[in-house]
Amino acid sequence: MDPLILSRIQFGTNISFHILFPTITIALGWVLLFFKLRYNATNDSAWMRAYFTWVKVFALSFAMGVVSGVTMSFQFGTNWPGYMEKVGNIAGPLLAYEILTAFFLEAAFLGIMLFGFRRVSNRIHTLATVLVAGGTTVSAFWIIALNSWMQTPAGFEMRDGVAHAVDWWAIIFNPSMPYRLTHMLLASGLTVSFLIAGLSALRYLTGDRSESMWKALRTGVFTAATLIPIQIFAGDQHGLNTLEHQPQKIAAMEANWNTGPNVPLVLFALPDEAARENKFEIAIPDGASLVLRHSTSGVVPGLNDYAGNHPPVFPVFWGFRIMVGTGILMLLVSWSAAFFLKRRHSLPKPLAMLMVPMALSGWLATLAGWYTTEIGRQPWLVTGVLKTADAVGPVAGSHVALTLAIYLVLYVLLLIAYLGVLVHLALKAAKDGDSSPLPGVMNAAMSQPAAGE
Amino acid sequence: MSFDWPTALPLIFAGLMGLAILIYVILDGFDLGIGILFAAAEDTEQDTMIAAIGPFWDANETWLVLAVGLLLVAFPLAHGVILTALYIPVFVLLLGLILRGVAFDFRAKVPTERKHRWNRIFFLGSIIASLAQGYMLGVYVLGLDVGLGGVAFGVLVAFCLAAAYAAMGAAWVIYKTEGELQRKAVRWLRTALVLTALGMAAVSLATPFASPRIFDKWFVWPEMLYLSPLPILSALLFLWLWRQTFHLPKPDDRHSLMPFLTLAAIFALGFAGLAWSFYPFVVPDRLTIWQAASAPESLAIILAGTVVVLPVIIFYSFYAYRVFGGKATDLTYD
Repeated sequence: MDPLILSRIQFGTNISFHILFPTITIALGWVLLFFKLRYNATNDSAWMRAYFTWVKVFALSFAMGVVSGVTMSFQFGTNWPGYMEKVGNIAGPLLAYEILTAFFLEAAFLGIMLFGFRRVSNRIHTLATVLVAGGTTVSAFWIIALNSWMQTPAGFEMRDGVAHAVDWWAIIFNPSMPYRLTHMLLASGLTVSFLIAGLSALRYLTGDRSESMWKALRTGVFTAATLIPIQIFAGDQHGLNTLEHQPQKIAAMEANWNTGPNVPLVLFALPDEAARENKFEIAIPDGASLVLRHSTSGVVPGLNDYAGNHPPVFPVFWGFRIMVGTGILMLLVSWSAAFFLKRRHSLPKPLAMLMVPMALSGWLATLAGWYTTEIGRQPWLVTGVLKTADAVGPVAGSHVALTLAIYLVLYVLLLIAYLGVLVHLALKAAKDGDSSPLPGVMNAAMSQPAAGE
Repeated sequence: MSFDWPTALPLIFAGLMGLAILIYVILDGFDLGIGILFAAAEDTEQDTMIAAIGPFWDANETWLVLAVGLLLVAFPLAHGVILTALYIPVFVLLLGLILRGVAFDFRAKVPTERKHRWNRIFFLGSIIASLAQGYMLGVYVLGLDVGLGGVAFGVLVAFCLAAAYAAMGAAWVIYKTEGELQRKAVRWLRTALVLTALGMAAVSLATPFASPRIFDKWFVWPEMLYLSPLPILSALLFLWLWRQTFHLPKPDDRHSLMPFLTLAAIFALGFAGLAWSFYPFVVPDRLTIWQAASAPESLAIILAGTVVVLPVIIFYSFYAYRVFGGKATDLTYD
């Protein structure tokens, strides 16, 4: 098979697997800090129980993120040497700053955060939690800066066919960067709040009514209910930014084949790129013009302006719809759950049962969103600078195919194991309830072995 | 003479990259070594061995990310050439590192009956990663030649490096544990040391004959004289450490860190020898560090950050090691 498409699938597989775990750790670090600060302020041990349940999820997610991240740092060289040859002068420093300012910080203080509770003072332990959470966020800052630069490059000039930095401020804060960063940080917050709410709902369904379950459940539900409207607004702003800087991506997202006014908002369709039309279309008249231009006669860019130079329509169109659809579902579920928790101090069983699978809704929306924006950048690797096809390395297709197959099997097995452990941890916490031993907090003797029971 | 930045920067970055690789090999060396020694340890010993590295392994592996990152950002051309040539070994290395890394966490969190499975995966991941690193080093020494001889040489170096890592792991266990496990680790160290010494001698003998360029570099007067302290000192350290293993552990646990430091010194000497052999090439016989380097202005901005941040990193890494200093106890989330 063609090494290009295989390398693309391989990179997509690796980065899809990788992004699942930073999406959790970025926000979970801050949630853990919140649990810790609540404990410091109230002395209520239920906060610490919630902390110790979720710090395990953090540790496991962090390890998964690290090992899959190491893979990413090798991938550039093994499969895409053309990328660093062309834009290494820009990408290099951004990646280097990520390693220097974030990776070491997280890794060094993670040990203290996980295992150091009784070895350092409470204040240092809190500081370690702050530094780990801050490290994950700084890491997101740099990598989003680089990704956004690839989408909307700025602050550079081409010399002898190689990109050279001219203005680092313009490179880092390139046009799409603030929007993408906000969108991604909120996505992480939503992923974590639904994960916490979902696993707490599982505990609720097994009859667990412990204080630590309630605290985690409320934290998850109320955070989700607060973040989702902000995310919808931020996503809309991000879309308008894309319209300005990458109109061909918007045209593909809307499956709009012809530039013009009064463009409908397509709710459902099977875009057919060969015939350049939508099959089985269900649409709201003038909808897209209204959303994107705030006027029914607003002109929306169409794919006809970018013939041969626009992304594949089907995956971008559907990626966007899956993301938005999941977002709407998140709004409904989190607001109903918040209503019941506030007014009734309980959850109806069907809602709790819906919340359990919704624990993974953040992953689905995040992946769908990234697929939209990354496939939406094609055929460019760096918009207007480097095409994906020109960056692929001279590796035999059979090698790429073999390694891809093994990666896929490995990732599926690891995901099963990961989800199995999450459920196991939740059920164990549900069984122990408020009687689970509290390590260290009360200066108790050694308890809660790290290995097994 | 004025200071010439475009000439100096690639040199500085080659030095930084070498430092990152050396620190990685020493620090993750003992993590991987402990994983290899898992095969010879009892259940309860395994828990203690994990506790001896649990708080550190993640930061240790980050030095690999920094080393590859520096190769990527400072020498992008070399990064592409080396990693495409080593496509399959790199993949095997990553596979090993993934298995090793996740097993760390899974073995502590799965239901008890599945723990054994993850212990085995931890061993497998560690040995696979060690062998892959050794193989890559061997092939790299030969200038990325992957003929049959290159493969054989790669396999030789792979076993040498795995043995060396096992020795590091044993030395770390001696430092971090006490009682029966510590005495066991001394025996492990002795065995691994023999294999390491044999491997290192074999590699040292094979290298100049496998690569004519290195032969010329090693056996030219007077350079030979400057180079001679490296093998002599290494051999002396080996012998001394070998003798020490008959007196360890000492009363009051004196000198328990000594085997580890001695091994680290041997690693540093071996590494210096390699650096000497390759300079000024980053891809042997093909690309010098100046040919492969990024633009000076990009290197300068990375250097500025590195100069500020690296001392801080080293400071808080030492702090983390101090927090978890002393003998390893059961690792708990508290």
